[in-house]
Amino acid sequence: MTSKRTMFDKIWDSHVVYQESGKPSLLYIDLHLIHEVTSPQAFEGLRLAGRSIRRPDLTVATVDHNIPTTDRSLPIADPISRQQIETLRENCQNHKITLYDLDSRNQGIVHVIGPELGLTLPGKTIVCGDSHTSTHGAFGALAFGIGTSEVEHVMATQCLPQAKPKTMEIHFKGKLPYGVTAKDVVLHLINQIGTAGATGYVVEYTGEAIRNMSMEERMTICNMSIEAGARAGMIAPDETTFSYLRGRKHAPKGEAWEKAVAAWKELVTDEGATYDARVEIDVTEIAPQVTWGTSPGMGADITQSVPDPASFASSTEQKAAELALQYMGLTAGTPMSEIAIDRVFIGSCTNSRIEDLRAAAEVVAGYQVAATVQAMVVPGSQQVKEQAEEEGLHQIFLDAGFEWREAGCSMCLGMNPDIIQPGERCASTSNRNFEGRQGRGGRTHLVSPVMAAAAAIKGHFVDIRDWKFNRKEKKHGIPS
Amino acid sequence: MESLRKHKGIVAPLDRAHVDTDAIIPKQFLKRIERSGFGQFLFYEWRFDEAGQPNPAFVLNQPAYKGTSILLARENFGCGSSREHAPWSLTDFGFRVIIAPSFADIFYNNCFQNGLLPLVLSEEQVQELFERTAQHEGYQLTVDVENLVIRDDFGLEYSFELDPYRQHCLVNGLDFIGLTLQHEDKIAAYEKTKLVSY
Repeated sequence: MTSKRTMFDKIWDSHVVYQESGKPSLLYIDLHLIHEVTSPQAFEGLRLAGRSIRRPDLTVATVDHNIPTTDRSLPIADPISRQQIETLRENCQNHKITLYDLDSRNQGIVHVIGPELGLTLPGKTIVCGDSHTSTHGAFGALAFGIGTSEVEHVMATQCLPQAKPKTMEIHFKGKLPYGVTAKDVVLHLINQIGTAGATGYVVEYTGEAIRNMSMEERMTICNMSIEAGARAGMIAPDETTFSYLRGRKHAPKGEAWEKAVAAWKELVTDEGATYDARVEIDVTEIAPQVTWGTSPGMGADITQSVPDPASFASSTEQKAAELALQYMGLTAGTPMSEIAIDRVFIGSCTNSRIEDLRAAAEVVAGYQVAATVQAMVVPGSQQVKEQAEEEGLHQIFLDAGFEWREAGCSMCLGMNPDIIQPGERCASTSNRNFEGRQGRGGRTHLVSPVMAAAAAIKGHFVDIRDWKFNRKEKKHGIPS
Repeated sequence: MESLRKHKGIVAPLDRAHVDTDAIIPKQFLKRIERSGFGQFLFYEWRFDEAGQPNPAFVLNQPAYKGTSILLARENFGCGSSREHAPWSLTDFGFRVIIAPSFADIFYNNCFQNGLLPLVLSEEQVQELFERTAQHEGYQLTVDVENLVIRDDFGLEYSFELDPYRQHCLVNGLDFIGLTLQHEDKIAAYEKTKLVSY
């Protein structure tokens, strides 16, 4: 009798090249995504060791982290950023690696373009020198972030020595309530299990709420697995996955497609297979979320108030909350809905896909950004931007007073000129509210795209469930 | 990779939980294409004020911790971004060992790629070390990686756990890529028989 296996076990087992007892497994990597920031030292390391890239055909590059999101016809003003981009160009050219460069219609945030181009497929092992590589797990791939030494390792060998992680099932039961999005689900999850709650685990997300989600929503969930400490998050492929992938540039075609789908259906966790840990969350109890602190786990329902640090159990957490409130300039007891904001950022590998922009645009339509707020939308890729423009979403944002930018990581990490100023408060659809993340002294509140859009209009956080929509069309992203 | 067998050094206490890699090395310093020279930017926004002047309240700016090579911190150290610039900045500054009750996964892996030991002790043991650091100026620890034990000059001795393979690689300063390339034949065989391509 063959033992019951989880989806993770199946993908892991089929990628083990070599296993010696007491040592990590040597795991084959099907897809290596690279970008300008975490690759230069890896290329240099290869050069110094006289090594070459084993599989340039399984390596794909783009520029996203440090690039400006303003006019692409202008040269990059920051000479160090420019050098990093030029270094990637040279390296890709020398090693015959496909690069989706600044002028490419396929350029974008690496975790947006992988799925968009059909490079991300079920059953694959995918790595990238970026912690949000977990995003790709939404397709039933095993995808995780690595450091630059490991980037070099994959370049040289197409393999990585890896100790087998434990598995955790996170089961979301029930149907999402009105106004509650995938972002709220994952923020709520991190709040519940903590930012180290899944450390050492690969998470598989299951349950009715997951099955009902679009690929964009599933990517939002898997994207923030790392914020719960997990290196990878995965969701079993189903018809939603297949219909997203069918016809995409690098997805298999014709007979190969039929064969692939049949194989992908076999990836799902066997009935009766067990995980090392299990968490169950009732999504019907989740409300729209806003973070108040400097860690993604420091969040609250929009209807709640900034918590009192003394309310936390351990002295370490109490101190962390005190430091966070001090940095954030917040007082315990302030209702979340009374927190006024200066900036709004809709973008990042968490929430910059077409559905995110549609949902935000619907909130914004017919309104004006508050006079005290500076708001921007940064599409996740040039393809997302193009599609949004075809649908007229850009005009809705522009009419309301948002800036409409070119694709990139932008203000999620502020490596390019898009940063907030000391003391400024930002409603952001990104994934990290760490001190200084969006700019020194900047204060980040993580929210969903619809919550960010509504905050931009009102100048403070509001409960999206009470929003009055000006447009009567179908409401994207606001399940009713 | 530099090997680490036994190390004695001054312990610097950083009494914070969830120290993320953005705090360890802020993004504005990730644009360099070299692997070296990141120590000057370590904990930049805590170490320096907005004018770039050292913040005297920050632990690494205090004379007592000059020359420190062992960092003591609270849980979930190194969370967030996968940037290996974090361990690069720590080693370049002079750290060889980080002691905490827990570490984030990617950071933990990245440390071993750079001869830096992320050493896990219980919360109680870490608390004890914080107290001893406060009691004794210039408090030092000896970290013995071969025997998996740490000692101070006042009789404290804690054993710690480490995966035997990681220990072996760290003690011998092994080149991970070189180790994998020893299995080139198996990689080629895998590519020939098992690799799924569309």
